[in-house]
Amino acid sequence: MMAELGLAALWLAAALAGLQLVAGALALTTRGASLGAIVRPVAFVQGLLALLAFLCLIWVFAQTDLSVKLVALNSHSLKPLIFKIAGAWGNHEGSMLLWVTVMGLAGGFVALVERRLPEPTMLATLAGQAFVSLGFYAFLLMASNPFERLNPVPVEGNGLNPLLQDLGLAFHPPTLYLGYVGLSIAFSFAIGALVTRQVGPEFARAMRPWVLGAWIFLTLGITAGSYWAYYELGWGGWWFWDPVENASLMPWLAATALLHSAGVLAARDALRAWTVMLGVVAFSMSMIGTFLVRSGILTSVHAFAVDPQRGSFILALLAINIGGALTLFALRAATVTEGQRFAVVSREGALVVNNVMLTAILGIVLFGTLYPLFAEAMGAKVSVGPPYFNPMGALFAVPMLVVMAVGPVLRWRRDTLERNGKALALPAMVAVVGIGALVLIGGVPLLPLLGLSLGVALIPASVLPLRDRDLRRTPLPIWGMVLAHLGVGVALIGMGSESAFSVEKLVAVHKGETTHVGPWSVTLADIEPVAGPNWTALEGVLQVSRGKADPVILRPQSRNFWAPPQQTAESALLTRWNGQLYAVLGGEAPGAIAGGPGDGRWQLRLWWKPFVPLIWLGGVLIALGGVLALLGRVAADLRRIILRDKIAYRRERQGR
Amino acid sequence: MNRLLTCLAAASLLAAPALAQQEESTAPYAYRQLDDPAAEAKAQGLMETLRCLQCQGQSIADSDAPIAGSMRSLVRERIAAGESPEAIRGWLIRRYGDYVSYAPRVTSLTWPLFAVPAALMLLAFLLLRKRFRRGTADMAGDDA
Repeated sequence: MMAELGLAALWLAAALAGLQLVAGALALTTRGASLGAIVRPVAFVQGLLALLAFLCLIWVFAQTDLSVKLVALNSHSLKPLIFKIAGAWGNHEGSMLLWVTVMGLAGGFVALVERRLPEPTMLATLAGQAFVSLGFYAFLLMASNPFERLNPVPVEGNGLNPLLQDLGLAFHPPTLYLGYVGLSIAFSFAIGALVTRQVGPEFARAMRPWVLGAWIFLTLGITAGSYWAYYELGWGGWWFWDPVENASLMPWLAATALLHSAGVLAARDALRAWTVMLGVVAFSMSMIGTFLVRSGILTSVHAFAVDPQRGSFILALLAINIGGALTLFALRAATVTEGQRFAVVSREGALVVNNVMLTAILGIVLFGTLYPLFAEAMGAKVSVGPPYFNPMGALFAVPMLVVMAVGPVLRWRRDTLERNGKALALPAMVAVVGIGALVLIGGVPLLPLLGLSLGVALIPASVLPLRDRDLRRTPLPIWGMVLAHLGVGVALIGMGSESAFSVEKLVAVHKGETTHVGPWSVTLADIEPVAGPNWTALEGVLQVSRGKADPVILRPQSRNFWAPPQQTAESALLTRWNGQLYAVLGGEAPGAIAGGPGDGRWQLRLWWKPFVPLIWLGGVLIALGGVLALLGRVAADLRRIILRDKIAYRRERQGR
Repeated sequence: MNRLLTCLAAASLLAAPALAQQEESTAPYAYRQLDDPAAEAKAQGLMETLRCLQCQGQSIADSDAPIAGSMRSLVRERIAAGESPEAIRGWLIRRYGDYVSYAPRVTSLTWPLFAVPAALMLLAFLLLRKRFRRGTADMAGDDA
């Protein structure tokens, strides 16, 4: 029953999206103007219907209704409830439904509250949003119906991949999706502004909260994903330049650029065409990311879809949406003037450098991710990995980070470096001292060295905009910027330190034996069997201590899941202010004679990673900076709306 | 994040404990470091840039798959025998193809990978120069 209700809601939502598109487009003509009034309510109801469909899906998953094919394929009655619910979006169909739901709700919200822009621009925006949604509704209903029934009903479901049965991962995809879909709103605003040729500060101000919101979620999603990979995969790596990771990084890079250029457009009415272009690019990257992950083209676990029909469907959507938007841009770009001018040394100038560099990094990541696919199509398999992305990315990231240290202290329009020389001397000195110290230590490769020294220099540089300010009256968005830039510095220090100073130890030890990694001594006290709701495990009891301190117990596990059958290594982490001790229990070590019985030793993998938590702390700081900026912007908008209503109210009373 | 899964699935299906032990005894350095830290660092550097052929998008330095273990052992043994990392990479490429190395070589197929960053550099430079030349000229005009 619930499944049919969900399906019906989905069809209705799709129909309303069609109505929203047609009405929005017709309302732009003089004869259809009367249709304009229904667009906003339709957008709102469409969002609610999509939400209803999604809630139905969650319901059937929570109930483990095995007559629904999707549940039977991806769930299991013995799973903990939270993972049953998370299972609703841990698969292709469910995640696409989540996508349209968020998109519908976001569109409905825009329709409800956004009144700043001229009405025709809003109608075009909502029509654009409906157009994109419609494509995804069609995809769901035709190629990946989440509510399909199964007959006969199986006795038990297939279960969810154990590596995905982790709280962090349960909420990682929805976080990224919120980001992706937030960018769809920016995309629709860009389309709306292009159609009605209204590209100006108002457009940037209306779009900015959405870009900020999307960017916050993307930042958190990437940070969480990286930490998940770090502790769950059991080898201590935190970024692999894997296509699926790149798929989330690309929209982030574009959104970061868009955020900064929208700032310029809102404050200074410059960079108009560029901002619109980035609005289109940012969502295009979200769609390309979704295509890469969902089409099965990468054949990794994220690519649940192995059906080429789906791949071609998404590819067609991609071509229509991106192609259409770019065509519109090409047609209208000439009529969008560039806006205000500015000098090289100015806030705008620094932001332009930031934008160009971010876009170049985006270009490299995009090309490096797609090239192996092209090569494969031409019959040769190549791999592009860290040895390519790291140096090529750094080529643009390093100048960008230098400009990032300087930019925030510059004035709008024009400035001189002399005026800021004194203030910037401190970060410059810190960087030089940092490089000197690292060279003296020796053995630090170039990229970690640059990362560390830029990171420490960014910390004083990022708080510079606060000098000469009354801190109590400093607007929230300024605090947000300072915090986010500080986060970049902090993350860089973590990355540099992890690459340069990590210590690894692989050993096979008897019970009671002690080994050492970095400043720690680790004793394998015992091996105990433990059982969870759908797994059994061997748990190592490790006593770890540093110097004379009392030992702390770490319990890494080697888990065996039975539905589906699979082994995972649950790492145990010990966090200290200056780093993390990372312990993994491998299997029983092989005996000295080939094929002989084991000799009672156990494999341990141990790492001491100095300052590694700073990577994710930095990511969280960046997102927090975004939250502050968003709060500041929204509060200012609210104040303005309240003021406007008051004025309107007074006028009305006086008029009476 | 991702990839491992298929790999682990494959690993756990294929590698029942006994099998894993066999695997490890034919690959003594799969889970064992070289005694010389300098040699181990060299080996580690190379392992991080070699692809685990059984997994998707993972280096042999962070995979539990049996083939990754064998390859780690091979790399460590050869480094210990005094071979240079690039020689080992070359040998592996001859044996498994370019796919095994994460560091693309410049070939008739892969040259665009290296041309694109150069082109982006040039493009960034031209964009910035154009923007600022004109911008500066206008600003000077404003002042006059």
